Amino acid sequence: MLPQGQSLSSALKARGVSRRRFMEFCGAMVATLALPSRYVAKVADALGKTKKPVLVWLQFQDCAGNSESILRASHPTVLEVVLDLLSWEYHEIIMAGAGKQAEAALQRVVKEEKGKYLVVVEGAIPLADGGVYCTVAGRTAIDLAREVCRNAAASIAVGACAWDGGLVAAKPNPTGAVGLEEAVPGLTLINMPGCPQNPANTVAVLVHYLTFGELPATDQYHRPLFAYGRIIHDQCERRAHYDAGRYVEEWGDEGHRKGWCLYKMGCKGPQATFNCPNVRWNDQTSWPVKAGHGCLACASHRFWDTKSPFYERLPQVPGFGVDVSAGEIGLVLTGAVAGATIVHGIASAVRDRARGETKPAEDQKANPSEFAKS
Amino acid sequence: MARIVIDPVTRIEGHLRIEAQVEGGSVTDAWSSGTMFRGIELILRGRDPREAWIWTQRICGVCTTVHALASVRAVEDALGVEVPPNAELIRNIIGATQYVQDHVIHFYHLHALDWVDVTLALKADPAKTSQLAESISAWPKSSRAYFKLIQDRVKGLVESKQLSLFSSGYWGHPAYHLPPEANLLAVAHYIEALEFQREFIRIHAVLGGKNPHLQTYLVGGMACAMDPNEPHAPINPERITFLSEIAKTAQTFVEQVYIPDVLAVAGFYRDWFGRGEGLGNFLSYGEYPQGGIHDTSKYFLPRGAILGRDLSKVHPVDPAQVSEYVTHSWYEYSGGDSAGKHPYEGETRPKYTGPKPPFEHLNVEEKYSWLKSPRFNDTPMEVGPLSRMLVAYASGHAEVKELVNGVLTKLNAPATALFSTLGRIAARAIETQLMARQVPKWIDQLYQNLAHGDLRVHNGEKWDPATWPRSAQGWGFHEAPRGSLGHWVQIEDRAIKNYQCVVPTTWNAGPRDAKGQRGAYEAALLKTPIADPERPIEILRTVHSFDPCLACAVHVTSAQGRRFAEVQVR
Repeated sequence: MLPQGQSLSSALKARGVSRRRFMEFCGAMVATLALPSRYVAKVADALGKTKKPVLVWLQFQDCAGNSESILRASHPTVLEVVLDLLSWEYHEIIMAGAGKQAEAALQRVVKEEKGKYLVVVEGAIPLADGGVYCTVAGRTAIDLAREVCRNAAASIAVGACAWDGGLVAAKPNPTGAVGLEEAVPGLTLINMPGCPQNPANTVAVLVHYLTFGELPATDQYHRPLFAYGRIIHDQCERRAHYDAGRYVEEWGDEGHRKGWCLYKMGCKGPQATFNCPNVRWNDQTSWPVKAGHGCLACASHRFWDTKSPFYERLPQVPGFGVDVSAGEIGLVLTGAVAGATIVHGIASAVRDRARGETKPAEDQKANPSEFAKS
Repeated sequence: MARIVIDPVTRIEGHLRIEAQVEGGSVTDAWSSGTMFRGIELILRGRDPREAWIWTQRICGVCTTVHALASVRAVEDALGVEVPPNAELIRNIIGATQYVQDHVIHFYHLHALDWVDVTLALKADPAKTSQLAESISAWPKSSRAYFKLIQDRVKGLVESKQLSLFSSGYWGHPAYHLPPEANLLAVAHYIEALEFQREFIRIHAVLGGKNPHLQTYLVGGMACAMDPNEPHAPINPERITFLSEIAKTAQTFVEQVYIPDVLAVAGFYRDWFGRGEGLGNFLSYGEYPQGGIHDTSKYFLPRGAILGRDLSKVHPVDPAQVSEYVTHSWYEYSGGDSAGKHPYEGETRPKYTGPKPPFEHLNVEEKYSWLKSPRFNDTPMEVGPLSRMLVAYASGHAEVKELVNGVLTKLNAPATALFSTLGRIAARAIETQLMARQVPKWIDQLYQNLAHGDLRVHNGEKWDPATWPRSAQGWGFHEAPRGSLGHWVQIEDRAIKNYQCVVPTTWNAGPRDAKGQRGAYEAALLKTPIADPERPIEILRTVHSFDPCLACAVHVTSAQGRRFAEVQVR
């Protein structure tokens, strides 16, 4: 905790961080969260008063790409998060302690901060063969996830693998890998898919939680709407070329050099929801389509299997070709998403009552893109 | 006599467990175990080889980009595709950038806390720290006031009793030897390096769309199109200027912060020149082609092997000499577990025979790791920056010789001192300086090509699978930051039939083989002094000096011949 009676904003001030810079940060967060600008003051006010909550970050069947991604966070830098917003007490990739000392740090949080701390989970959780495909300190990932996540105030699943098993669960799923939501049902949870997650969004979720005391509004996959509510195709800087029928036909051709639409090269933007084109990556420097390659729809459900082959043109995209009206494809797809939401909502409510669970099972989840195709 | 267990080994990528036997205050035997397994190679079967790089890149998010490069090279080798010079240059820039990025992060964020006691920084005199900083470097952030600010920050953290990621360190351990001022300096640079890595990696964002997990590789070249006159071209003069500026800033940081810090820290830990020696066998596939992948003589870093610490001879390297054992790994081979297999014949059937979790100790007499044991002519090898620098040094690489000799002179150490824990740290720093110099040169070459109208980034001759033979196989490699990486791919009927990766940390962290020969970590830990078995910081020092990456190291294929045709979901 901060010294008694000291707020975050005064701590920042003592550290040479000006009020103005603090407000700039709050403004950036509000923009990412798609809140009205009047919330800047609210965010600043809440962060100014808050005491530092504890966060632990667990890594299971992961590649550490989401950890690396958070290290690249620009607003605020990871250090500011670590030192100023949260007490980040367990994260294998960067923490000082190892072995027994690391285990003890985690156990201390689970016991002493019970019901108050946040847990971030990265990587899939293998369920096959008693969970032997991932152990930490001799304990299985599922054993650890149950203990640490069930005692947390809220869980944040970062990256595709922690959401739905990701690549690890792609067919034939050799280790029986699943995402956190399926591995440990019933948690207060938010999913931050993407391969990796975009740190701007994850930091925004943390700020939302610190400001409002709850997780932001989510869709049927428990993804925050501010980040996953819009189709990439609708936000794409190459969209005008799609509408005008200007396509890249071969890698390195004139259209490729001029930044034309990558649809024919396999871009999955029309079936992908994410705010990639707006928040971009690495201090807003770029994103894959800007850099010349199609979108993989990496924030879509089970994208490794449902969106591959990645170089194959999307089938049955409505209105494909010259003279398509700008909103047509978006309308069809957003309609499908809304339909899926309603259908899913009813289905899961019925199912949840039947099972006495709050979370739907993986296999029964609706995939918006399937609706778009049909 | 005691068995020490470190699990999780932290400040690494992935899940590593070390068990060590300690007698009379030092390590008498050690076992290295990877405790996580995903099966990515199995998942690859039946898929489009052109997208294998997208999948294999996810083997690791720390070593992002490295598996992508090895993968496209493997498929290009199988199909007989040569990439245009621009694609070669862009790949070199991305690869060299990754070296600099990874090595800086390794030193400051993964390794430094083994040598730096953060809490001792509180006892430093900021004025003396300023004097120390100015005596070793021209880096401008060196005032007394600056170090006072950093010290107050640490003080605030300690007084808050919420130490965050620093809460569980081995602070106060007798093995820490730095004076308080050097600790404060290191803490300041730990923070600066966080800023550095965030800024520097924007080079990858320009050329790859994002980092981690770049998205512009293609079999046959790169997807970042070039045009001198198009504002929306991924590479144009404005972007080149942007890249050049970042690269030059990075070069300054490496030369004025990283290198002086390594020299300063090494000066206080000279006894570690005599510890952690390990195998004495070093392998490098060579890297950075500058005239096509087939002309190894033009590689910026040479290919070769050094055996038995003999720097007078560099042995030739052929990928046919590589094999993998599973004698002590949780897999089984159809022909029995005592013989090695070349990756083209590679098969792996996961078969866990370890203790039922939760467990206290592994059964190290039997199988004890998800890592296999790669061997070169049946010999265990160390891979990584030390191997590359030694092979380059022994091959007479002028720039490497100059840098290595410069560092050895400053530390008053002979070349044989490099066979050590500290030697790995020094070699990594030397390589960073070498590659930080090289990045701007390659960016400039790319600009020259752009200016002279050579805009080709992709060779599309074999893009259409209809042009492929019915079956083909190929080898792709990359000298990744952590060492020699090889991908072996077999293609049949336009789909992946078999895929095998032999990865740097598998070379270094693998278990014993059929002959009982130890892997590189296991060998390097022998004779390590242990002051306090409850806080075995000395083990971390040597293991971290290799820069472990366990996600990379564990992989699998299924039994030969079985196809997973159903994986092509549409």
